[in-house]
Amino acid sequence: MASNGPKLLPAAQLDALFDALQRRGYAVVGPRLRDGAIVYDELKSMADLPIGWHDRQGPGRYRVEAGGDRALFGYTVGPQSWKKYLFPPHETLWRGQRGENGFAIEPPPPPPRRAFIGVRACELQAIAVQDRVFTGGAAVDSRYAARRKEIFTVAVNCGVAGATCFCVSMNSGPRASRGFDLALTELLDAQRHDLLVEAGSDAGAEVLAELDAPSAAQADHSQADALVAATAASMGRQLDTTEIRALLYGNAESPRWKAVAERCVSCGNCTSVCPTCFCSDVQDVTSLDGSTTERERTWASCFTQSFTHMAGGSARVSTSSRYRHWLTHKLAGWIDQFGTSGCVGCGRCITWCPPGIDLTEEIAALRADAEKP
Amino acid sequence: MTRPTLAVWKFASCDGCQLSLLDCEEELLAVAGAVDIAMFPEASSSMRPGPYTLSLVEGSISTPEHLEQIRTIRAQSRYLVTIGACATSGGIQALRNFADAGEYAAAVYARPDYLSTLATSTPIAEQVSVDFELRGCPINKAQLVEVINAFVNGRRPAVASHSVCTECKRSGTVCVMVAHGTPCLGPVTHAGCGALCPRHDRGCYGCYGPKETPTASLAAPLQKLGMQGDKLVRFYRSFNAWAPEFREESRAHETP
Ligand code: SF4
Ligand code: SF4
Repeated sequence: MASNGPKLLPAAQLDALFDALQRRGYAVVGPRLRDGAIVYDELKSMADLPIGWHDRQGPGRYRVEAGGDRALFGYTVGPQSWKKYLFPPHETLWRGQRGENGFAIEPPPPPPRRAFIGVRACELQAIAVQDRVFTGGAAVDSRYAARRKEIFTVAVNCGVAGATCFCVSMNSGPRASRGFDLALTELLDAQRHDLLVEAGSDAGAEVLAELDAPSAAQADHSQADALVAATAASMGRQLDTTEIRALLYGNAESPRWKAVAERCVSCGNCTSVCPTCFCSDVQDVTSLDGSTTERERTWASCFTQSFTHMAGGSARVSTSSRYRHWLTHKLAGWIDQFGTSGCVGCGRCITWCPPGIDLTEEIAALRADAEKP
Repeated sequence: MTRPTLAVWKFASCDGCQLSLLDCEEELLAVAGAVDIAMFPEASSSMRPGPYTLSLVEGSISTPEHLEQIRTIRAQSRYLVTIGACATSGGIQALRNFADAGEYAAAVYARPDYLSTLATSTPIAEQVSVDFELRGCPINKAQLVEVINAFVNGRRPAVASHSVCTECKRSGTVCVMVAHGTPCLGPVTHAGCGALCPRHDRGCYGCYGPKETPTASLAAPLQKLGMQGDKLVRFYRSFNAWAPEFREESRAHETP
């Protein structure tokens, strides 16, 4: 039974995977129901998963509901992303203590080993994008790199698409194609409830070999393929990326930016929930007597005034300039800067925007305006 | 080197903000080590005359005497920092600015003629120049220590003026507006409380006043959640009712 080809694990036995990961010293983190949403948190066993829960999303609206089934992964992405672990909202980069001769620097503790379970295809793509941003250039973010090295990734192929999902447009899902150690597809119908488990790396193959489960049959693969194809066919939204750079760079003065600014509150939620947004602010926090200091890094947002604060004030004082900057950078600037779009089509910025501003709608409107004779 | 001197002053207010200083516990010792507390009637009956390096001013301008007192304090202070919603926006007592203060007094007091008040309650910065405004009802004590630290060390306070949403998201708090349909002022409210209410499943009440960027576009999502007309007016009219952005917003939804 030591094969590491795709296997069929009865869904009720997912704890075997938890055990295999925990034996290797990983803290398992994954989806969990809390305060009316599916968030990411530490999981002791599969019982902590939001079993039977589903989500309903729309612009500025999110609700969970019990579906009357035993689905383990019957929902899409929630308000949080894996960014909270890889690029945490608060991070102490180092502590300094004043001594007799100058000051001593105390580095932060080494990062924990974590197994992410339930990573969606769009999220794998988001992690790949942040990998590129933080570690792909000449200046490598060593803390990010150290945390990233300790991660084991269990992906899940999506069996449902949310109303704000558009991964098909962004070419990032709904099937996990790379960047995972193991990938699961949940096969649930009146007759069965199984998980098709496939390995995507040597580390994944090693764990897979340990699972006491039969090899998957051709019929299982066909069912999984059909499921993912159905998800792809039911995307809640789409975004036409044709010549997107020219569209955004060429329409910086479009009246559409002012129109969206009437609705945008500049609250910055879109940037917080976006799994690729990477901006941060660094501040030294010094004790009153000057004996200790901490260098703190926190998430920053291009929707704030401090983001572009220079001598003389902020560079982007109007809401339209901030929204335009965010969208243009996300969908066009990133391609020039990092060779990839900054958007993976997860839909979080649509759902978690209080006024429900929808970037797919904004792009469509911008395109329609640009094509007007 | 002589230590910088600190003075704490009170105008029309509830004392909650200056109590935040006494509430600092461990940090209070550090504060007492870094500054010489020369004037703090709430804490000590030993009151020394100015000038003072740093004056913390709580409360709003509400009586004719206040107008004089604040000028004297300004003249004696190298830096003047206002603390709390009363001092920075006029406080809850600024609700009278929207009405007839005389009528209020007559309704509450047996002998309103004993009172000598102004018709309005206004922020300190409308009378004298202010070096920094620390928001909140009440203020956050960690931010207060940061402000003292900054002025003692000659740097700008690291106090962010972005939305409460930022604090929710950083703390992993689920959005009460999007996920529960609870009306919330967080998107237009100045951060500082650490998203206290949303973390306890309530919408933000706007205790820290308006954030740095415009307020008006929150009306549409609030209206969708059933906050129409009067409800919306009252939502914006609380501790920071007289802050210009909230004042305008509440007026915009008043039925004429
Ligand atoms: S687009 Fe939406 S989430 Fe982003 S800043 Fe504007 S109102 Fe907030
Ligand atoms: S821009 Fe919006 S849809 Fe695209 S990755 Fe970010 S949050 Fe998701």
